[in-house]
Amino acid sequence: MTLLSVQDLHVTFGTADGAVRAVQGVSFDVAAGETVAIVGESGSGKSVTANSLLRLNFGADVRIDGRILLDGRDVLAMSEDEVRSVRGRDVAMIFQDPLTALNPFYTVGYQIAEAFAIHHPGTSKKELREIALDSLQKVGIPEPTKRIDQYPHEFSGGMRQRIVIAIALVNSPKLLIADEPTTALDVTVQAQILELIAQMQAEHGSAVILITHDLGVVAEITERVMVMYAGRVVESASVADAFSTPTHPYTRGLLKSVKSLDTERHERLESIPGIPPSLINLPSGCPFHPRCGFAETLAGRCEREVPELRLVGASRSACHLPEDRLLGLLGGLS
Amino acid sequence: MSDEFVLAARSLRKYFPTGASRMLQRPTDLVQAVDDVSFGLRRGTTLAVVGESGCGKTTLGRLLARLIEPTSGSVTLEGVDVTAASPRELLALRRDIQLVFQDPYACLNPRHSIGQSIGTPIRIQKTLSRSAEKERVRELMQLVGLNPEHYNRFPHEFSGGQRQRAGIARALALQPKVIIADEPVSALDVSIQSQILNLMEDLQASMGLSYVFIAHDLSVVRHIADQVAVMYLGKIVEIGEPAAVYERTAHPYTKALLSAVPVADPRRAAGRQRIVLTGDVPSPVNPPSGCRFRTRCPKADARCATEEPVLLARPGDSDTEHRVACHFPD
Ligand SMILES: Nc1ncnc2c1ncn2[C@@H]1O[C@H](COP(=O)(O)OP(=O)(O)OP(=O)(O)O)[C@@H](O)[C@H]1O
Ligand code: SF4
Ligand code: SF4
Ligand SMILES: [Mg+2]
Repeated sequence: MTLLSVQDLHVTFGTADGAVRAVQGVSFDVAAGETVAIVGESGSGKSVTANSLLRLNFGADVRIDGRILLDGRDVLAMSEDEVRSVRGRDVAMIFQDPLTALNPFYTVGYQIAEAFAIHHPGTSKKELREIALDSLQKVGIPEPTKRIDQYPHEFSGGMRQRIVIAIALVNSPKLLIADEPTTALDVTVQAQILELIAQMQAEHGSAVILITHDLGVVAEITERVMVMYAGRVVESASVADAFSTPTHPYTRGLLKSVKSLDTERHERLESIPGIPPSLINLPSGCPFHPRCGFAETLAGRCEREVPELRLVGASRSACHLPEDRLLGLLGGLS
Repeated sequence: MSDEFVLAARSLRKYFPTGASRMLQRPTDLVQAVDDVSFGLRRGTTLAVVGESGCGKTTLGRLLARLIEPTSGSVTLEGVDVTAASPRELLALRRDIQLVFQDPYACLNPRHSIGQSIGTPIRIQKTLSRSAEKERVRELMQLVGLNPEHYNRFPHEFSGGQRQRAGIARALALQPKVIIADEPVSALDVSIQSQILNLMEDLQASMGLSYVFIAHDLSVVRHIADQVAVMYLGKIVEIGEPAAVYERTAHPYTKALLSAVPVADPRRAAGRQRIVLTGDVPSPVNPPSGCRFRTRCPKADARCATEEPVLLARPGDSDTEHRVACHFPD
């Protein structure tokens, strides 16, 4: 069953330097209970896409077009009150830095209880405390009866992210959006948090959109992946397919640049040449063409024509190369 | 340790006073940021220092570059004791050991052009005329893959990867012997990380540079390190060649670090057994008694609480360069 359907989303910010086209024509569906990853480099539009789902980037000079259907209702057409009732209840969000998500002046117990009370007015104080205790326990905070009355600064980074997860899940949301939830954490703590997210998802049956720049994290916990580049989805595939048969030159480049634990000493790393484009002055045609080693084989088509997503094997890819070449990308540049 | 090492550390310690102890002078309140660290860096090779936040790796880098004074112990550069250097000697030593930072903004003045920033060490050392300096900066820019025509641009006009190239160019300006790189690629996108790592390898091969490469995870350093040191709470817990540390892993902490690295391969991710450590790294102010890792170690027993393990080769191991600090190594 489709829980979320994003259709032709466009987000443009007006800035002093010109219009920043952060998201251009992004479409995707998320089924109930499914885990989807969005990967891409810095500035590719991952966070802007995610924030749009809760209308969190409706700042001063922003233009949003398209439809964001949550259970069939268009989030972009809702009133402020309606959006507020969705936030934290149907859709919850976790960010990279847990400190910004927590209020330093309230105890963590209060903040968990408050997140529940907003959507469940009339709950008694006693019940709220029970719920907060239970949540702390579930996310693995040791000695919850003692910790419940402590303030965020009294917890370590990993513990804070656990508390943020407790707050996000207290209303059993249908969709959890996690924007780089482990980027700020140490590797051993990152492993704990990823495991916790997977376990919580299994328990609550929530769908999860996981945003990350780390392909390793994707392989660990998600089923499907969307790769973004310069504000567009360039590939959408099952995780197994994306890793074994990437169908876009950019995905291939990302995979090849991953520093794996079994690369040989002094082995040369493949890298993607150049840098991501400016979103104010996008290249013509395929936004990846200035960095793409395959572009010259297509006689100028890449510079002229924007490739649309189409079915390639079992994946969807936005590239002009013929299907048989896309399915053999890992073989090399030939 | 002899002349084969371009840089060597011997029993290096750095204790920082905490707020309370500065007034009360209680030795128990010291942050033991680096505690009894020794190693030797061979010429033209790379030593990777890996550990989680707070393990003391950045402090170690700063000690090696003598940006801070050690509490005890010594650092020698080509046999000369850096820690005992006079101010004049220090100026020369600074030339030979340069730092590259995680955030290149740390060494690029936002109000100076990129070219000026790259040339700053040359101006401080007064080794070249103004025009020769400019020429040299252009060469350096070329060397690290920056367009010399962008000499007059400002740091904010460059991408993160390009700024890191500028940071490297600046570190190379005085033709150092050793570069201490503190998480030089951690803030960069994956595709750009590889560009910078390849650049560093090329420069090492062409200029005979020696690197101390500080990182927070083991995957980044796998293919550039000749020696890997894993740190936990101020101490080296395991050191050796990558083949030894990665394939004949001896310390429980190294094992956990290796298994925590997300693998970009869904089949292997599904199949493997993961060691998830409980809890966070304890405070370095009052580290656990005995073995510092014991509060998170799946193998800890009574002896670990009372007796501190020493960094030694495993009994019977023919690879004596592979050393581990654990009572029950694998
Ligand atoms: N409020 C805003 N005003 C102007 N530009 C913005 C605004 N918010 C985001 N942008 C721009 O939109 C583009 C996409 O940003 P976004 O934050 O979605 O990237 P991202 O993929 O999440 O990157 P990262 O990996 O760095 O988090 C960037 O160029 C960013 O600078
Ligand atoms: S459309 Fe052309 S430039 Fe774009 S990814 Fe495909 S081959 Fe490369
Ligand atoms: S000495 Fe004991 S606690 Fe320390 S790593 Fe070895 S087994 Fe674990
Ligand atoms: Mg983001």
